[in-house]
Amino acid sequence: MNITRKFLSALAAGALVLGAFGLMGCEDSKESATVKVGLLHSLTGPMAISEKSVRDAEVLAIEQINKAGGVLGKQIVFVEEDGASEPSTFATKAEKLIDIEKVVTVFGCWTSSSRKAVKPIFEEYKSLLWYPVQYEGMEMSPNIVYTGAAPNQQIVPAIEYLISKGYKKLFLLGSDYVFPRTANMIINAQAKAAGIAVVGEEYADMDQTDFAAIIAKIEAAKPDVIVNTLNGTGNVSFFKQMSEKNYSSKEYMTMSFSIAEEEVATIGPAILKGHMVSWNYYQTTSTPENEAFVAAYKAKFGEKRVTSDPAEAAYDAVYLWAEAVKVAKSFEVEAILTALKSGAISFKAPEGVVTVDGKSQHLSKPVRVGVVTDDGLIKEVFATAGPVVPDPYLTTYDWAVKAGLQPLN
Amino acid sequence: MEQTINILFNGLSLSSIILLTSLGLAITFGVMRVINMAHGEFVMIGAYTTFVVQQIFSKFLPEAIGGLYYFVAIAAAFGVAFGLGSLLEKFVISRLYGREIDSLLATWGISLILQQGARSIFGSQGVNVTAPAFLSGGITLGECTFSYNRIFIILLVALCMGAVWLVMYKSNFGCQMRAVMQNRPMAQCMGINSRKVDNITFAMGSGFAGIAGCSVALLGSIDSTVGQSYIVNSFMAVVLGGVGNLAGTVIGSSIIGISSIFTENYTSSTIAKAVVLLIVIVFLQKRPQGLFVIKSRNLD
Repeated sequence: MNITRKFLSALAAGALVLGAFGLMGCEDSKESATVKVGLLHSLTGPMAISEKSVRDAEVLAIEQINKAGGVLGKQIVFVEEDGASEPSTFATKAEKLIDIEKVVTVFGCWTSSSRKAVKPIFEEYKSLLWYPVQYEGMEMSPNIVYTGAAPNQQIVPAIEYLISKGYKKLFLLGSDYVFPRTANMIINAQAKAAGIAVVGEEYADMDQTDFAAIIAKIEAAKPDVIVNTLNGTGNVSFFKQMSEKNYSSKEYMTMSFSIAEEEVATIGPAILKGHMVSWNYYQTTSTPENEAFVAAYKAKFGEKRVTSDPAEAAYDAVYLWAEAVKVAKSFEVEAILTALKSGAISFKAPEGVVTVDGKSQHLSKPVRVGVVTDDGLIKEVFATAGPVVPDPYLTTYDWAVKAGLQPLN
Repeated sequence: MEQTINILFNGLSLSSIILLTSLGLAITFGVMRVINMAHGEFVMIGAYTTFVVQQIFSKFLPEAIGGLYYFVAIAAAFGVAFGLGSLLEKFVISRLYGREIDSLLATWGISLILQQGARSIFGSQGVNVTAPAFLSGGITLGECTFSYNRIFIILLVALCMGAVWLVMYKSNFGCQMRAVMQNRPMAQCMGINSRKVDNITFAMGSGFAGIAGCSVALLGSIDSTVGQSYIVNSFMAVVLGGVGNLAGTVIGSSIIGISSIFTENYTSSTIAKAVVLLIVIVFLQKRPQGLFVIKSRNLD
């Protein structure tokens, strides 16, 4: 007992001394040459592979900016924390990045649950998060910039496209959590206003492996298109079990909101060929900026890697932050937010020019409907004429206002 | 009419998958009374073995015989799971006989280790097995389509059932096995090496989980948690059927499979899960021993 106590006090004294040295070290460091940002993604757990592509795109953007001379003459260094696919871990690590590491901004998160877990922390510390993934909307935090699509930049135009192509009977299929439920609430209101029918709505558990009963319901409902918001492994099981019943895109067309280039590679182009997806960006998007982005991404991370919409949105986030800093001439969050509010912060992104909307802190971005091709890439078949202004609460759509859409919790 | 046929076929297909995953469990849990929480991970090992065999075939062998990989995979999955099961019994389970809670915790720990191992080797993103050509698609009769995959799985299960029945009730080894499980000291007195019997029995149960993994790989993607999604249903099937009885496991799996497809057809998948649980609970209230009870003179 006595020994333990002695040991503990020695340890405490040691820690104090070390701490003092540490503080002195901080004062000595050449603070002027670098600026510290945080990256907060899952490096372990089931979300790791998805978030890795996003994290890699952010690292690529930081390196490119540094090579071009940095921001306000400073080189960017990044501190990386692992959210471990756990919303509660995301929350602790976000606090660590802001409070202990003193980063000027954080790029991070993928799932809506992780974003919702860190949101109060960013608001409390008046810090700034750049969130790079398309999501269900119905959120507008002053301390988050959303660089992925709002519902009116992915879901709504996709359904409009389906209607314009003469599809009249929709079947809504999704995983059972907040994104598919909100998406389908929106689609239901939109279909009702357009006078087309929703002939079925089904939710599968996140770990569901047998889709026989759901497929039987689809057969009974005879839809002409399935609107698919399944996430994760459910997509593989669903499409495999559709194909084992000889169903391809000819018999049952699908429109998916969570299948990008990486998922196509897993499920296999043979099964997904001809099915539709909706995003803002594809690896095949033809802009000079995208050619440079894809080439740089493959050069750094390997020829086999594919770029996808979330990775591109994450890449944009870093550049938009750098642009906002340049305009604000400061790394302070308040100054950056003021610069963002001007609505003048934009970036010539691989997907086309994106602009931060001053009011909602979402991006104006183009919307593209694509079809999966034989080689596992996605070919654009429809694009909006120009960037679409973000509307996370769908207040500019009469049918949405009339339906009284409310955020789900 | 066609809807009824569809429900029946889908129910039969789900039952057969549950039966295949619970067959091994019926042996390890039912006969040996070891609550093996790592059983689902043997399913996963079988699935990954299928994936590896397919990769080897597509790399080194001509495409013409590529479809044959699946038969090799079934044998390999059984072999790999059998071997690992034997090792697990030798080094862990054998030290914990009669200590059910301890073996439950130990096997749970092993299941976590195996899951992380799979993640380290194969990555955390799911991998995908392509069904061999002769199993892709389905046959359409009238308005109903029966997929070759599922027909094959049903046949495979029937074959496995036959094999287990032959081993357990017709072979010399099966006789020894049942003797050891019913009265260990007496069996030992008769000169049966009970250590060896235990080891082979457990390994066999694991081997059948491996075959289950092989068939599961046809239906969806394979990742480190694939076994977890089947394990709960399997335990329910074994308990429902009456622990230690093969026929009971068959009936138990069918009740769970068909009632879950039937309910899901009229409600949603979440409600179906709840209804199946409810059926099991109500049933076990009435018959805590399960459907079939083995009567023996053993006083335990």
